[in-house]
This record gives sequence, structure tokens and C-alpha cells, in this order.
Amino acid sequence: MTGEALYEVRGPSALAGDWRRSLDLAVMLAYTDWKLRFFGSVLGYFWSLLRPLLLFAVLYLVFSQVVDVGGDVKDYPVQLLIGVILFTFWGEVTGGSVTSVVDREALVRKIAFPRAVIPLSVALGAAFNLFLNLLVLGAFLAIAGVEPQWTWILVPFPLLFLVLFAVGVSLMLSSLYVSFRDVQPIWEVILQALFYATPVIYPIEVLAGKNESLSHVALMNPIATVIQETRHFVLGDDTPSAVDAIGDPALLLVPLFIVVGAAIAGYVIFDRLAPRVAERL
Amino acid sequence: MPSQCSDNAAVCVADVSKTFRYSREAVHTLKERALHPLRRRPQEEIHALRSVGLEVGQGEFFGIVGRNGSGKSTLMKCIAGIYATDDGQIHLRGRLAPFIELGVGFNPELTARDNVSINAIMLGLTPAQARDRYDSIIEFAELEEFQDLKLKNYSSGMQVRLAFGVMVHVEADILLIDEVLAVGDVAFQQKCHDALQTARDEGRTILLVTHDMNAVQRFCDRAVLLEAGRVMELGEPRSVCRRYEQLNFQRPKEERGALPAHLGDGAAAIGETWFEDEHGTRTAMITHDAGCAIGMRVQFREAVEDPVFGAVVTDERHRVVFAATSASSEPRSGAFAAGQEVTVRLRFHNVLASGRYFASPQVAYSGTGQRLMDHRENAATTVVTGGRQGAGTIDLPHTVEITAATTAGDEAARA
Repeated sequence: MTGEALYEVRGPSALAGDWRRSLDLAVMLAYTDWKLRFFGSVLGYFWSLLRPLLLFAVLYLVFSQVVDVGGDVKDYPVQLLIGVILFTFWGEVTGGSVTSVVDREALVRKIAFPRAVIPLSVALGAAFNLFLNLLVLGAFLAIAGVEPQWTWILVPFPLLFLVLFAVGVSLMLSSLYVSFRDVQPIWEVILQALFYATPVIYPIEVLAGKNESLSHVALMNPIATVIQETRHFVLGDDTPSAVDAIGDPALLLVPLFIVVGAAIAGYVIFDRLAPRVAERL
Repeated sequence: MPSQCSDNAAVCVADVSKTFRYSREAVHTLKERALHPLRRRPQEEIHALRSVGLEVGQGEFFGIVGRNGSGKSTLMKCIAGIYATDDGQIHLRGRLAPFIELGVGFNPELTARDNVSINAIMLGLTPAQARDRYDSIIEFAELEEFQDLKLKNYSSGMQVRLAFGVMVHVEADILLIDEVLAVGDVAFQQKCHDALQTARDEGRTILLVTHDMNAVQRFCDRAVLLEAGRVMELGEPRSVCRRYEQLNFQRPKEERGALPAHLGDGAAAIGETWFEDEHGTRTAMITHDAGCAIGMRVQFREAVEDPVFGAVVTDERHRVVFAATSASSEPRSGAFAAGQEVTVRLRFHNVLASGRYFASPQVAYSGTGQRLMDHRENAATTVVTGGRQGAGTIDLPHTVEITAATTAGDEAARA
């Protein structure tokens, strides 16, 4: 033992340290959360999976039978389902992580571990739900008779983009919430607004038909870009890709900057908070 | 490598300071911030640690003592990497268990099985290691029959046993333990003590925060006394404990309650007082039906001839169980000079029934033993274990003989 080197204790950080342990911790926290949420209810987890599907069913009924938003857009139901699933993921990660660090106070005060593990575990749990929902989407595609496209294998790329964005924002939110408790209600309102600002219910083609430049602006929202690109990869060339829909490919730099900016800002803000979070809770 | 750390140091704390700043009124909403953007909040500073320096060698059992709020836990949290220090450095050699408390992450809604793996992963095991060690953890905690019970249905003692079980199975060269020895029943306490002893025999370094001076003297190789964030004494456990007790005696009267600290004219001063077993080891527990002794250290401030040393033993309800003095056995106890220090042991065979007892030592002038030089109320306490279940205060050796009386009915039955 004497041979071992002396090393300095640097106090808590956002992510530094043994990544294997961070991963184990994140998985374990996500699993515990999952287990606790659905403990004791037989159909509990099933219902949570069903949530986006129910939302989809309601939206579909209202916006295709009552108000005809879909119009003659091809595959409106599939487009709607993709939008609902991806937005649900986004809402689950960001909305769920706001209070996450504060809620885990008992751990933060008692154990040293990379603090970012907490919001990351929220993202991990949501990613698991997203995965199951994508399986449901696959079944839905089969029933709807959508032809398999080779571009299906590209779907993970826009999704990774969304994950990066969601994680960046949740790092920001969870650290801001430590000092400002009204981040939570504010974020709820923003999420609601974003849901309507993002072409989830209405396909981008419909918006473009009414006001083309507005549809370009709508696509600068990274969530919209991701949803549109995913729709394109799933449904093939009949559905415009994000590049086609935004008009000028250069405009795609805007969502790219937003995502990269959010990820960097999220990390920097969280990293500044991490060393002191145990004493500020 | 920092020059001030020696080659076999496991923990090296150099000049560490830690200040907590609290706003007197916490700003928790953006509105308050927005309405008063420039107003500086009144801040309170708490200096939890002020230039603390100490070094713990590899394989050492190191005690950290101090009154409440003296900075013990803050120091532990800084070493564990939970708090960032404001000043100074902490260096470690070897793997540190990254926690300071037992049962972190325990969730009352989950079963023992789940909680063990959660806790073990928190403490740095991999999921595979946690699975491998699960059985031996449950065995250590003696909870085999309750593994699938939710933790909320556990007694607090069972929870602590489970937590301690996980802790001793964690792979770490350096363990930080904050106040855990006073849990569970006597048998489990012994088990914990044994586990710590084993950990030390394996060459692990242990830092123990405690208020139990008996534990410090029993286990620790060295100890530190913190007071108001500073190192007040560092070194031999015995002297650290003595200093700690002095510190406690200095506290204002109202804090100490109504009991008089001493009576007597002060010609002699009783220092520490303790119970020890028949081998002379100080202990918080003495066994029934075995030899034991009350020890006290006395320092004379004036020259005294033939003083009477004594002690009164009382039970939990303050009833005097017995009193012993040197008056009968040692009427000529000798002449003592001012400044001289003696150790006195009152040996007796322990026939006390199980329970807690207190010893109040005293030193009196020769004669009737009524004129006191010093008397310390309830200066030492011990728990007697292993007695038979019974109602009395003492448990005298006895046997019971049963003889059936011959009655008419019996004879009729026999016939």
C-alpha cells in the first residue's frame, strides 16, 4: 500500500471521476425511480407507456375528426405519433430534472459522487421509456402499412441531437432550481408553450402552406428540427426533411447552435454549482 | 507530492479552512431578486474549520472528538469530497469509501434486497460485486428471514444492522465513520467492534467521529480534539479524552443540568473515572459474575495524609447500590505530596443485575470520610450484561431446589 501515490481530494464536481461508477450510479438511480413510481400497481408501468398513446389518440380524434388540421398531408397519424412521442421524451427529461438535485438532497449531503449523475439518471429513465415507445411506433407503422425505408437506421441521429439538447437544458434547470424555486412553475408554462410552438399537432407542411416564413422560424426550434427529420427518416421522401422544410440549409445552423450552446452552458452552469451544492441545499 | 505529507500517510490534511455563508433571509424566488437586484443580503459566516492540519498514517485507527458544532462532521465531509474546501489541501493514499453515514440512499418503500444493492453501489461497489456480497451482508446483519420485507417494516435497529453490514463489505482502504457504534443490542455492538477490529487488522485506515470516550480509548491509536473549528489537541487518545472532558466541564452550569460537578474543598481533584474489566481494560460494559473495578485518577493539590478513597455506585433510578471506601481496608493509605498523582482502583466481584450503573468517586479526609476533598457525581457509567432475568438490583449466586411434598393424593395415585 505504501507504494500507492498520494492524490488530492478536489471536492465534488459535475462529472469528474470514475465514469464506470457514474454510469452504475445513474442506472441505479433511474432504476430505483422507475421501481418506486410503479410499485404496487400492476398496470402502473403499462399506463405510463400508454400516456403518449392516449395523448396521441385524443389529439388525433380532435385534430382529424373535429378540426381538420392534418388535411391531405400524407400519413398524418404517424407524423402526429412521432411528434407526441418525441415531445413527451423532451418534457419528461427537462420537466423531471428540475427538482431532481434538490429531491436527492439526502444523497448529495452524504456521499461524494459526480453531481451531474442525478439529472443524467432522469434522462436515462426517460430514454428507456422513449425506447419502448419507439417499439410501439414500430408496431403502429406495421399496422398503418407504412413501407420500410432504409432511412430508418438513421433515426438515432436526430434522437441523439434531442438527447443532447434535453440534457443540456436539464443541467441548467436543475442547478438553477437549487437557488430559485420558481424555476419549476416557470418551466411548466414554457413546456406548454413549446408544445404548441413546435409542429407536433400540425404538420410543418400545413404551416408552410399558410405562412412559409413562419414555418422556417418554427423549424429553428431544435425540437421541431429533430421531429421533422425523424418524420422524414421514418416516412421517406413524401415527408420533407428538416433541410427542405427550413428553406435555406444555412438556417439549420440556428438549431445546431442552440443545442450546442445549451449543452455547453448547461455543463458550465452545473459545474460551477457542483462543488457547493451540498451546502446550498 | 506535497512535502508536508509523510511517506506512509493515508490521509493528509494541510491547513484546511471551511466557511459557510448563509443569507439570513434566503432568496428563493426570482421575484425577490428582480425587485431588489442590488440589495446585498445580510450574510452570516460560520467558520466551521480554521486551518486544520493533521495526518493519519496507513492502518491507523484515528478518533475525531469534539463538542457539537466543533467541526467534526465538516472535516469528515471535506475528506470524503462532499464539501469543497475554501483553503488548504487534503491528500489521500488508497481508496476512500465516499460516505460518512450509514444507510445512505436507503428507501423505506423498497425491500432489503433492493436497498442493499442501492447502498452498495452508492458506496462504490459495482453491481456485480454488490450481488456477490449480498448473502454475506445479509448474514452479517442477521436478517436472513427478512430479506424481502420492505425497509419501512424494519425496526431502526434492523436498519442499522443492514447498513453496517453493507459498510463492512465495501472495498476501501480508508473508512470514515460518523457516530455509529452506539447502535443495536449488546451482541451486535460487539460484532461491530469486531468488524472494525478486523478492518484495522487488514490494514485499513479508519477515521471515527464519536462522543464515546470509551470507544476512543479502546480502539483509537491516536485522536484529535476539535473545538470551534481548530485542532485543540492531537495525539494520544487518553490525553485527548481528558482534554475533551475538561472542555465539557468548563461549560456553563445551566448547560450541565442541576447535578453538582463537585463537592469538597479541592485539596484533591479527581480526574477521569472509569470502569474496567478483570483484565484492566476500560470498558463501557462489564460482565455479570466476573471481576471488575472502578478506576479513578486523583491529583493532590495539597499535601494530604491517609485520605479515604471511595465510590458510590447507583443504579438508573439513583438508588445507591453499594458504597466502597478505602477506610476499612486501607486505613493508612499513605502520605501524598501536593501535585502528586495517583490511580486508585476499587476492585469488586460483579454481582450487579443487568442494567446501567453510575459511579460517583470521592476523596475525603481520614476519619469518618465525611469531610470531602472532591466528589464527582456520576463520573463514570457502565452497563452490566449477562445477568439472569430478575427483578432485583443485585443478582447473587443462587440455586433453586425443588422437592415435591408427599401428599395423600400422591400416595393414592401411587397405590
